[in-house]
Amino acid sequence: MPSLLILVPLLGIIILNLMFKFTRRRVAFWFAFVLFSIQLAITLLYRQPWYRITEPAFSPFFKVGLSIDSLTFVMLLCIEIVCLASLVVSRYTLIDRDQRFNFINLLIIASVGMNGIVMTRDIFSLYVFLEITAVSSVILIAFRRGKLALEGAFKYIMLSAVATILMLSAIALLLLVSGGTDFQAIHTSIMGFHKSRVIVFAIGIFLTGLFIKAGLVPFHGWLPDAYASAPSAVSVLLAGIITKACGVYTLIRLCTSVFGPSVSLNQVLMLAGTVSIVAGALAALGQQDFKRMLAYSSISQVGYSIVSLGCGTPLGLIGAVFHLFNHAIFKSLLFVNAAAVEERVSTTDMEKMGGLSSKMPVTSATSLIGFLSASGIPPFSGFWSKLIIVIALWQSGNRAYAVIALLAGVLTLAYLLLMQRRVFSGKLREGLQGVREAPFGFCLIALLLAAITVGVGIFFPVAYAVLFEPVRGVLLR
Amino acid sequence: MSGSELRLFWEFVIFIIMLSVVGFYCILVTRNLIKALIGLEILTKGVTLLFIIVGHSTHQEALAQALVITLIVIEVVVIVVAGGIILSVYRHEESLDARALRKLKG
Amino acid sequence: MMLDIVLLMVMVIAAVWSVMARSLLKAAIGLAIVSVIITIFMFKFNASLAGVFELSVCTGLITVIFLSTIGLTKPMTHKQILEFSKDRARRYGLLPVLVVLAGSLAIGLLNVPFGFTLVQKASQADVRTVLWNLRHLDLFGQIIILLAGGFGAVILFKEIKEDEW
Repeated sequence: MPSLLILVPLLGIIILNLMFKFTRRRVAFWFAFVLFSIQLAITLLYRQPWYRITEPAFSPFFKVGLSIDSLTFVMLLCIEIVCLASLVVSRYTLIDRDQRFNFINLLIIASVGMNGIVMTRDIFSLYVFLEITAVSSVILIAFRRGKLALEGAFKYIMLSAVATILMLSAIALLLLVSGGTDFQAIHTSIMGFHKSRVIVFAIGIFLTGLFIKAGLVPFHGWLPDAYASAPSAVSVLLAGIITKACGVYTLIRLCTSVFGPSVSLNQVLMLAGTVSIVAGALAALGQQDFKRMLAYSSISQVGYSIVSLGCGTPLGLIGAVFHLFNHAIFKSLLFVNAAAVEERVSTTDMEKMGGLSSKMPVTSATSLIGFLSASGIPPFSGFWSKLIIVIALWQSGNRAYAVIALLAGVLTLAYLLLMQRRVFSGKLREGLQGVREAPFGFCLIALLLAAITVGVGIFFPVAYAVLFEPVRGVLLR
Repeated sequence: MSGSELRLFWEFVIFIIMLSVVGFYCILVTRNLIKALIGLEILTKGVTLLFIIVGHSTHQEALAQALVITLIVIEVVVIVVAGGIILSVYRHEESLDARALRKLKG
Repeated sequence: MMLDIVLLMVMVIAAVWSVMARSLLKAAIGLAIVSVIITIFMFKFNASLAGVFELSVCTGLITVIFLSTIGLTKPMTHKQILEFSKDRARRYGLLPVLVVLAGSLAIGLLNVPFGFTLVQKASQADVRTVLWNLRHLDLFGQIIILLAGGFGAVILFKEIKEDEW
């Protein structure tokens, strides 16, 4: 039942806040853990028949369509997994119980927002849930009120609000020709009038707004600041899922179902994607702070998904979604490890690190897995998704883009392995003698995420058939 | 389709475009954080007016109104949160100069 | 018709004044004027419920929020205004020029063919029916975002204690 994924967390927040102050501070973490596990269970069971039995009881209330199709399913999995990872990280990095309580509430609200984004089929409700996610993530970035965090949060909220204004203007213009705001109605009217300058203008500004949200070059200004200055648990959330659900998922959904198959749209997407891949990778090479390097790496990986989307073929779409899933998993893994290192070493400057693998073996090993997957080395999951993207580009005749994607993969390998070497390999630096391995929960969640990366990579045919092949159906409308 | 049916709409759009120019200029040029927020508000007013005039031109006033009401509620929350951030910045820095927010290299 | 255009001109002039004003209080008042004119248009175009919202929330609540933020941060801003006033004219002088330019360009676009026809809707449901029956999800969204805003206000408006970094 799709609406359960919105109602259950909402109920959770209400219950959590109605408890006595003493109880709720202690209970918050486990309560949220159970809540997210329930959401994960609901997601995994979405094909069961009892969903449809309970439907009539809810449907008069939730008439505006919420539905779960194959693309939504993949996104929901990512959301729940990354939220759980962020929750576990917060247990160790936010010692103060009050802060953790605030964090958990905002985390639940953000997850409601993202669940809504991926399940809705109405363009204005999409805006509403986008705003919910944006507002809660801004508060999450700023809630410890450090100087740098406030700066990152302010840049984020201003750019996000500008993106919102652009999207709203586009919706208003589209309402001129469409009778309603659901995807179907807008799609029909766009197909009817796709030569009109006003409609093309509306789609153009909507795309600009979405590019800002997704962090594509040249609208990526907020992204490195926000990722690097946010508290560690929030960075995991931001990099792992928020940018993807808000920006990349909405691009995929709207470009396939609403703005229609269109050659010029695909050209724009491929161009923007390629520029992001290359610019992100080049910028990542020169960074000292390793959260910043991961942020630029995110820009680059998002570019891969967009290039694949711009391809226009079903295989391209599958590649984009698969890479989205993989990116969510390995980027969260990398940020979890970054949080562990930051927690133990108290800095994120790579100049001050070196040789940590002797002191933090689990973190180092899982980091290596994450980096190798991000670079596209077999047998990890990243290899398969990049392969599909390159094949899709080659097959659809965009040979030049395929070559660029391949070469950028080499660049990715370069800077990521550089990072692994600087932080973990080599001799242990002087001040780092007292560093211990990360706490148990960190290791657990890092191992889990690494296991998913390895598992999807090794059992690729199964994962492909179950999770990603059905996404093809989104395009065939 | 010529402009005659949409004359009223187009008159309003001219002014909405001017309002948007004011808003964007304000956000780009100002050095004061609160002014930037005011610029954002001006942009929002422009979009609100756009919704109303679109609703009127296509006889969908009810839908446009419903959307505008939701829009207004969301905008208030955004302003409250942005205001909170600005207040926190002020308490750290004792100034509202946006140049104080240049520590992150971007 | 003429009244419309006069009101719209006043709105744009108020917005320009709001941006160019030296004092933040005047800027907030300019914003309130823009809100009031928008409310007038809402009532004129048969969107009375939205007009009431706009008047109470935007003109009222948002102006109060701005004034309180300005009030809480006022002492420092006056000092800096004197510093900045020299290059203010250079920075902001461009604005009225740009606005008039944009307006004339837009008028010029009046004759470009649009290439679409407006959708024609048969009957008009009342806004309350639309809101309560059709757009449940938006109502839920409003409740959730108000919750988020509540948390944000509580978290962000507290005093910063010394031990926070």
